[in-house]
Amino acid sequence: MYLVLFFIFAGLCVAAAINLLLQRQPINSALSLIVVMTSLAVLYLLLGAEFLAAAQVIVYSGAIMVLFTFVIMLLNASSEERTLGTARTAYIVGVPGVAALLGLLTYVFLENRTALGGSRLGDSLMTTADLSRVLFRDLLLPFEVTSVLILIAILGAVALAGRQGGADPVKAALDRPLTAPSAVFGANQPLPGGPQQATPGDTLGQPYLGKEPYPGKELQA
Amino acid sequence: MMVPTAYYLVLSAILFSIGVGAFLFKRNIISIFMSIELMLNAVNLTFVAFSHQWHQVSGQLFVFFVMVVAAAESAVGLAIIIAIFRARNTLNVDQVDLMKL
Repeated sequence: MYLVLFFIFAGLCVAAAINLLLQRQPINSALSLIVVMTSLAVLYLLLGAEFLAAAQVIVYSGAIMVLFTFVIMLLNASSEERTLGTARTAYIVGVPGVAALLGLLTYVFLENRTALGGSRLGDSLMTTADLSRVLFRDLLLPFEVTSVLILIAILGAVALAGRQGGADPVKAALDRPLTAPSAVFGANQPLPGGPQQATPGDTLGQPYLGKEPYPGKELQA
Repeated sequence: MMVPTAYYLVLSAILFSIGVGAFLFKRNIISIFMSIELMLNAVNLTFVAFSHQWHQVSGQLFVFFVMVVAAAESAVGLAIIIAIFRARNTLNVDQVDLMKL
């Protein structure tokens, strides 16, 4: 049962990671990364790390990935283009390098598998109390230093991403009118809330019967 | 039934290699940043597996600190990405090849 659970979630993890590698849209990669992190939380739970499983879901797949999806949507990140000319070195060196790294690590780990031992379900459960006893007694200074680190990170993020003068593409992207209403109601037609001219052939407010092509179709091309 | 610790380590090696590959092959700067997070997660799994094997709490505390640093790092990194997009109007790393903004 434990082995089956391990293989289910390890397979989910690897499949989502490969999906992250293959997807062109950054938002699809981000959603695959959420699947990887949540499956890793289940694996932490199988290893008896209950606090880390909760922290993984809350911090990683919660806070960090929300930040990622927010930035992807803010910058309107579209499908990435493959610029093979400058990235050829990455392919030539990268594929054998990654294969060699994976082969070496797998060989070393599987060679020493008897020495490394194994784990049964529930043979050691480290509770949050055990963790906090060490964290707040022996590692109190590093814990306090991380709070300073987070404070500096907040200040740095605000200073870097804050508005400066001049032309601002982010502001321009935010101020650009959304394309959704024109895609729904057709281009050059007033919105239902605005002043409406009674032009002949105005089909606003009437159900679309499907005789003509959809009004916003040419916008999606 | 028993799962060898080596299986966890092999899974972590696979995830780390996929992260390295995504770091090299991806051209979008946000995807590259996400592959760094994938590598951090792979190393975290190694820490937790060894912590379980040796019955030591310190491995899990390492993972806790890695999580904290990763949260701070992603906040600053995404702010840098926004600043780069503001200066260059692109997210392709091949077009961000000058040190000057």
